[in-house]
Formats: sequence, structure tokens, C-alpha cells
Amino acid sequence: MANGSVPLRYRISIDRDRCMECGRCVENCPYGTFRWEGDRIVVDSRNCTACHRCIAMCPRDAITLTEHPCDYRTHPVWTRDARESIYNQAKTGKIILAGMGNASPLPPIFDRLLLDACQVTNPSIDPLREPMELRTYIGKKPSRLSFKRGEGGEVELQTELSPNLKLDTPIMIGHMSYGAISLNAQLALAKGAHEAGTFLGTGEGGMHPAIFPYQENMIVQVASGRFGVDVDYLNRGAAIEIKIGQGAKPGIGGHLPGEKVCADVSCTRMIPLGSDAISPAPHHDIYSIEDLAQLVRSLKEATEWKKPVFVKIAAVHNVAAIAAGIARSSADAVVVDGFRGGTGAAPKVFRDHVGIPIEAAVSAVDQKLRAQGVRNEISVIASGGITNAADVTKTIALGADAVYIGTAALVAMGCRVCGNCYRGLCPWGIATQRPDLVARLNPEVQAEHVANLIHAWTMEVSELMGAAGINAIESLRGNRDRLRGYMLDEGMLKVLDVKPVGA
Amino acid sequence: MVVHIDAADLHYTPLNKQIRAAVRDGETEIVIDHVLGQRFIADGLVGEVTITVNGVPGGDLGMLMRGPTLVVHGNADHAPGNTMDGGTIVVHGSAGDAVAHSMRGGKVFVRDDIGYRGGIHMKEYEEKRPCLVVGGNARSYLGEYMAGGIVLVLRQGETGTFVERGIASGIHGGEVYIRGEVDEDCLAIGAKVLPFDEEHRARIRPLIEEFCRHFGVEAAPLLGADYTRIGPASARPFAGKYTWE
Amino acid sequence: MCGIISVVDRAGNRMDGSKIKHALSLMDERGSGEGAGYAAYGVYPEYADCYALHIFFDNIVETKGVVEALLRTWGTVVHDEEIPTYEQPNLKKIHTPWRYFFKPDVALMSGTSSPEEDIVTYLVMKVNTTVPGALIYSSGKNIGVFKAAGWPEDVADFYRIQDYEGYIWLAHNRYPTNTKGWWGGAHPFNLLDWSVIHNGEITSYGTNRRYIESFGYKCTMFTDTEVVAYLVDLLARKHGLDEEMAVRALAPPFWDEIDVMPEKEATLNRAIRLTYGSAMMNGPFAIVVANHDGIVGFTDRIKLRPLIAAEKGDRLYISSEEAAIRRMEPELDRVWMPRAGEPVIGRVY
Repeated sequence: MANGSVPLRYRISIDRDRCMECGRCVENCPYGTFRWEGDRIVVDSRNCTACHRCIAMCPRDAITLTEHPCDYRTHPVWTRDARESIYNQAKTGKIILAGMGNASPLPPIFDRLLLDACQVTNPSIDPLREPMELRTYIGKKPSRLSFKRGEGGEVELQTELSPNLKLDTPIMIGHMSYGAISLNAQLALAKGAHEAGTFLGTGEGGMHPAIFPYQENMIVQVASGRFGVDVDYLNRGAAIEIKIGQGAKPGIGGHLPGEKVCADVSCTRMIPLGSDAISPAPHHDIYSIEDLAQLVRSLKEATEWKKPVFVKIAAVHNVAAIAAGIARSSADAVVVDGFRGGTGAAPKVFRDHVGIPIEAAVSAVDQKLRAQGVRNEISVIASGGITNAADVTKTIALGADAVYIGTAALVAMGCRVCGNCYRGLCPWGIATQRPDLVARLNPEVQAEHVANLIHAWTMEVSELMGAAGINAIESLRGNRDRLRGYMLDEGMLKVLDVKPVGA
Repeated sequence: MVVHIDAADLHYTPLNKQIRAAVRDGETEIVIDHVLGQRFIADGLVGEVTITVNGVPGGDLGMLMRGPTLVVHGNADHAPGNTMDGGTIVVHGSAGDAVAHSMRGGKVFVRDDIGYRGGIHMKEYEEKRPCLVVGGNARSYLGEYMAGGIVLVLRQGETGTFVERGIASGIHGGEVYIRGEVDEDCLAIGAKVLPFDEEHRARIRPLIEEFCRHFGVEAAPLLGADYTRIGPASARPFAGKYTWE
Repeated sequence: MCGIISVVDRAGNRMDGSKIKHALSLMDERGSGEGAGYAAYGVYPEYADCYALHIFFDNIVETKGVVEALLRTWGTVVHDEEIPTYEQPNLKKIHTPWRYFFKPDVALMSGTSSPEEDIVTYLVMKVNTTVPGALIYSSGKNIGVFKAAGWPEDVADFYRIQDYEGYIWLAHNRYPTNTKGWWGGAHPFNLLDWSVIHNGEITSYGTNRRYIESFGYKCTMFTDTEVVAYLVDLLARKHGLDEEMAVRALAPPFWDEIDVMPEKEATLNRAIRLTYGSAMMNGPFAIVVANHDGIVGFTDRIKLRPLIAAEKGDRLYISSEEAAIRRMEPELDRVWMPRAGEPVIGRVY
């Protein structure tokens, strides 16, 4: 203990006048913050992770949580975080892992984009009373159609369309693997997606048999570790997604800590019990763009060209060029994951410092594909830090066909974004495999929560579209004229192709 | 005595001035000839006077008026009876979109078809109960946002089921009657098919009879026909959509 | 708000512009005096096989030479002259309108099945984006667009449209929503064979513009209507869609309507909507598009703008108001209100 202890992250205090000593805090906290000593509840704040389980369960609201109860001398460069990371690495000599999305204080671009509404020169539309079409088709589209006119004047379509996914809302749930999250959590998400008329990604953990009833709403992922990938898996999904990268950690592969590799996960992924499941950084059969095209076509061949195949990339500097390459590879959609994407575990230094924001990435991809005259032929799905319906609307206006939400769906199920997913002790039953903790998540109840969230946001998107005088989502897509930038510099406005407020 | 006004090449402001002058002088019958596109005829006019409009009037015929009777020999344009407060409009022809928009009293009779959004935002209070009667067909969004009054579509000459969309969208008061069968899919949110009984037949009877009188049509087949009655599913159709912060 | 009126004589008989001027000015309530324009088909019979390029010059000293040199690089100017105009007290002559009867040299544009059209399109885009002070606003064969910033009667008298005879006329009375009225912003908009008049505002303009620009067209007129002319050129000329299919792409049926169509029809409509989603137009509009074969009029899918059609013998009229039609044709055989999103088509026999 040469350097002594680092100050408490959080301090828990119990208001003893209000406390009724029911002991729910002791039962619920998996981190050991509370214990009985005789008939008194004793608090060990050092163990607290700010997961809020105790606060949510206390019937008397007797628990208070304060963050950073001990101050450091304030310093603009040697922040608390900078200092404490060094204490950690000096002690351990290792890479620091962290959970959830980018935590550095960079302002979200979404918050600096404002939406338009119609007045006088054309009418806003009331989605409660007039038709509002949010139906979205994801997949490959032809550049043009060929017809045949019969003698009776009827027109027959000759072009055959590739299979597309039909969504009732442009909001889909992104990939969170079984392993990273519990089976109950994944079941809740699958059921919620089904009820909302949208789709859920399996993540790179394969598809557990319990999810089979919802397979028509599942997008199966083929990641670099190829966990759980066999031909049945591919045929089960409504679509296949090749994961090249993810926004939280561009350039490196998935990471499931051994704490979460229980018997079931070991079976689904075909790896030893308790060992870390680390996916390689690249797919080791993709070292260049033409190799990606080969993988896309191999998967299509294996599934008889019946399933749309998506390619997911992290938003990096040349994301537009990569997307253009993907557009030529027979892929049906490109998924772009911005630097705020969530994760169960990523090196902190990647999570906070690698990748670019989704707002800029989706703009760049949309513009590049348009410049090449191919934008309409492939779908673009965007993700990474989408927190409300306004973000969804702005993302579509910047050029996306649809969005994936990740963290938001978990929050709907109770997650407090404490960021301790990698420990496998999530008290909400989400990011854990411990059976007693997993049992806390009721898939029926949480499925309803997830469906509610998507439903509520979909209604809000409808309202925003209606206010802008648009009644079909095709007319919102890429329509940057309906956005204005506020407190964004000229260079950023140019990249986004958005005018400043007042212009 | 009948006052004649020649509206050829006359702008609507001087035309309305002439109408008001006649009404002020106590005239009760005015005939306007060669009407071609003049808007706002009898706009805001109050009084007991019958005005015959020969030709094709422009939009907002009889807007905000209270009391006069307008008889049009020609097709009416956009929104005749707009926010009308009382009186009668009789159109020997068809009318365009938004007929009887926000109407709050009086009656509008159209012999032939009307366009989209007929009777949108009609309202009523106690004895003030506006009515829109259409002899032919009406298009989508009929009775949208209705809060009161009666819309009656007779669909003369039409066979088969009524297939427009968005009917009575957001209705929270008032009723829409359509002769014949109405496809369930036509009804928009907040609208519901309600029973059509003798009580309702009696309610629309005087309207049918008046319509037939104006246009010289036989009343019996229309009185005996079956109508679909559409009304609000609830008084607060959108209560379930919102929650507090 | 704007007012529109159009007529086609399906037997091909030509009409002079005197009557349409009166019809259009009947709708002065819909305009603001900041723009009016007329397009006529069949007005240059002596030069019927030349492209009649109408160009606005800010002045004829500086830019005219540049434009002419460019034209001569790509073909022959058979004849050119200032478009005759007559001073009007309420109309300020900001530009000098000129017309060139131009024959492109097809040998110069290879790798295309429509070299003439591609050359002319290229020239239009090039002049309008790179030559300041010059604007090509009409570029069809035997077609003339006559427009300026002013009231309909003043613009009509400025060009003396009664001296021109065409079998199709389009006319537009403008109330601008996005820019102060300028000559280039008045309707009709024209590219090659297509002329467009439009009442309303296209809320999907940002999407439509970016879509059409990814195929090489350039929007230079700061007005949403411009995009309609290019969309029609892309869909009808380049992609070979007929009028009905093209309108179906621009104003498609609702998904819930497509879902209940018979299988073949549903597949066809779904395919059109999927392929041309970015061409779909949103917002209130009533549009008439003309080409040599006739006129097509249609509104947005929820009928936010008025449109009336009428017939008298061989003539088909499409306008914002019946009264405007009757101003130029007092007796009509048939008058009707088209349905939302469904095209009214008048084809030359």
C-alpha cells in the first residue's frame, strides 16, 4: 500500500431517522456496500459503483449518494481522472478497461443542431389526425426500374427487388451480445423489438435457443471471433450483420471478461468456461476491401441470397471512403457507429479518444454516397449516443435511413449507466450472468418498457416531422435544410452541410 | 325591389361595398351577375337579405357572415361558409376544399360534390348548430377536428361503399352522416361508427327535406335510405398520448 | 400562394397568348407582383428543329461573348436575336432576354444515347453555374418561356405574348416564399422539353435537391420548383418512366394503401417507392408539367393545394381556379376536381 488509498468515488449515507431497517439495501447490493453488524446496517462506501439499486429499492428514500466526496485541488490539466488513472497504472502496469460510452466532456453536436418547423408558407401537419409515414425499408434498392406494358395497359414490373427489412419505425435496437448482457435482458429486448415492429441485433454472442421465438425480429451478427456462427444461425436471422468495428473502440475487437463467461455462454460461444472472450481486431479473412466483398457474398451464398447483409463499421476519419467501398460490395446496408457508442468493456483510452462523432460521420457518408450517385441503393444506419427522439430526427435529417439505440434500450430496462458492466455484477440483471442477479430482470415487464420507449420516441419523431411539414420519412432523410447549427464553427457546418441559425 | 349588380371586371372590395350599401338601405333581394372569381363575397355581412350569385365565385364565399342567404348558380371555389356564423348558402353546383371550415352556425347546401376537408373544425354551442349537406360525394378528411354540428353526405348517384380516408379525424363533438356503407378503414383516429336509429333519422330529416326543396329533388328515396353515422370515440381522443415531465 | 393555369389543344391547333394573360391576371390575389411567366410550345415553327435557348444577360457587353463562344464550341448557332420586349411602366427591365436557335454537334458527346440533350443540359448547367450575369432559362425545341419580375399583365405585355402561337400554354402568377422576386425565380422552369409551373412549397426540397444533384444536375435558381423539372427529366427521359409512373414516384400512394392493393400492383408501387424515395415530394403543391406530347397536372397526396381540370372540345385546362379557366373559355363541356396525387393527363392525339 505504498501510495495509500485513492479517495472515495462515491459516498453513501443513510438517513437513520427515516431508515426502517428493512435490509433491502443489504439484499440488493451485489458489490458489498451494505452489511449487517448485529442489528445495525453498516456502509462501506468504497465498494459503491453508483448503480442506484439500493436507492431504487429503499422504501423510505433514506439513502443519499454523493459523487466525489473528497475534493482534489482543482486543476484544469491534472484532473481527478488523470491523476487516478496514473495511480491505477502505476500499481498494476495494465491497460485500464471501462464500460459504457465516451465519458470525456466533449459537447455533443446534436445539442447544437436545431430543427425547423413550418409556418405560413406551408402548413405543419398534425400527426394525430393526418397520415404520417414512418415506415422504413432497410436493404438494397435498384438504381432504376424496368417495366413491361401489357396490351390492356397494365404495367408489370420486371426488375426483381433484393430482400429488404420492413420497419414500422426508424428506431432499431443495436447489438448487445448474450454474454455482455444476460439472457433475460436479451429476451426482454427481443420481445420489445417484436412488439414495436422493429429489429434487435444479437451481438457477437450467437443466438441462444430462448431467442428463437423472436428470430424474425433478429439481426444476427458475424463478428471477427465468429462466435456462434453456423449456417442455421445465419438462416434464423431476418438479416445478417458483419461487424467490422464498433464506435466505442475502433480498431479493436469485442471483449467479454471471464467473469461473465458462465456455462451457457461457454456453450453458445464454444470457448472455455471463465476465460475471456476476446475477438480479434480484424476479421482474419478480411485484410482489404475486396476481401469484405467476398465475405458479404459468401454469407449471401450460404443463405441463398434471401437475407440482407449489413456491414457495421466504427466512425473513423475515412469512414466515407470505407462506406463507399462497402456500397460496391453487394452489401445491403452500412452501419456507422459513432465514438459515443456504448460497450460492456473497452480500454478507456480507446473509448474516450478514438473515433469521430456520428453526426459528422453520417453526414460524410451520406454526401460521399450521393456524390457517387449511389446513395439510394444502400441503406445507412447510424448509432452512437442517441439519447432522445430529437437525436433520432436529427440523425435522419443528416442522412441516415434508420438508427440503432443501445444504451437507451438498457436504460429503459433500469440501467443507471454506472459503467461497471465488465464486473459482471449488474444489480439490475442486465450486464451479468450470475443467476440470482439475472433473475431480478423480468423479461415480460422489461419488454414492455422497451416497447414503450420505442413507441414514445416514434410518436415524438412523428410530431417533429409533422411540425416540419413532412408526412413521410423519405422526405426527412438527408434533408439538412431543416437543420440549423447553433454555436458550431464554420468548418463543422461545412462538414455537416448545415447552415447556421438565422441563415 | 330587386337590386342588380353587374360584377363583370369588378374587384371584390367595390362589389362588397355595393352589397353592403344595398343592405344598409334596407334592400332584401340582390342579384349579382357575371361573377367570375371574386373572393370574399358577403364576407362579414350581417342582415336578412337574399343574394343570388350568378357565375363562379372565388374563395371564402360568405365567410364570417351572419344571417344572409346566398344562392349560387355555378361552382363555388375554396372554403365557402368559412367561419360562417349564421344564414344559409345554397350552391347549385359543386364546391372545392375546406367547405364550411370552422363553421359555427347556419347551413350550407351543395348540390353536387365537395373536395377535401369538408366541415373541418365545425363547432356548436347550444342552439347554434351548423349543418353541411352535400348532394354528391365528399373526399378525404371529411369532418376533421369536428367539435360540433352535422355533416350529411347524400352520395346521390353513387353505388358501392364509401372509400375515402381520414374521415372525422380527431372528432370530439358533432356527427357525420354518410348515405350507404362506409368502409371501417376510412375512419381515422378518434372516430367511431355509431348506431343509426329512428332518433337520428328524425334528426336529419329536416335537412334532407330542405336540401330537396332547394334543388327540386325527390325526398322519399333519400329519407328512406340507410345512413352510416360517425361520431367521436371519446371526448378526449388524445388523452392517452401525453405524460408529464 | 401562387396561381397556375395551363392549357393543351390536343388536336395541335395553336392559340395565341392573349387569353391566357387575362386568365392569369384573374388570379392576382394569389400572386404578389414579384413574378409571372408563360411557356408556350410550338412557337418557333421556322426553327422547329433547333434548341431555342432563352438567356437572361445582365448586360450584353461582358458576358454575351463568353456564352456565344461556349455555344459555338459545342454546335452551331443558326440564328440569334434579342427577344422583342416593349417597355412597361411597372416592369423594370433588369435583364436583356436573348434567344439562340442552336444545333448541338452530336459528335462531340460520346457514350450516351441522347447526345443532343446531354450537350444542351451540360451547357445549361455550365453557363448557370460558371458564367456570372448569364442565365439560360429555356432550352427546348420549338418552346419559349417568357418571364420576368412583375404582374402577369405587365409581363405579358412586356413580351407581347399575343404575338406567339402555341398548342400548349403554361402560365404562373408568383408569390415567392423564399427569395425576393427575381426574373430567374419566376416560373415556368424549363429544361429541354420539360416546363414546370408550381403552386406551393416543397418541404422535401433538401432531400430532392441532393438526390438530383448526385446525378449531375445543378440547382441554381434558389427556388424549389427547379428541382421538379430536373426530377422529371431524370425519371421520364433518363429512366424511361411514363407520366403515370413518374407522378407515382413523385406523389406515391400511402403505405397502408399499397398494403391492400392486389399483389402485382402492390409490388409495383412498393418498388417505385423504394427506388425513388428521395424523389418523393412532400409539402403542399399543385404542379403542371408540360412536354411536346402534352401536359400533366397533379397535387400532393393530401391535397393541400387546389387544382381544377376542365375540357372544351379538344382543349384541356388545368388551373388553380375554375374562374381563371372560364376567363379564357367561358363555356366548358366538363369541369372536375382531380383526386390528391392522381395525375390529370392531356396528350396530343
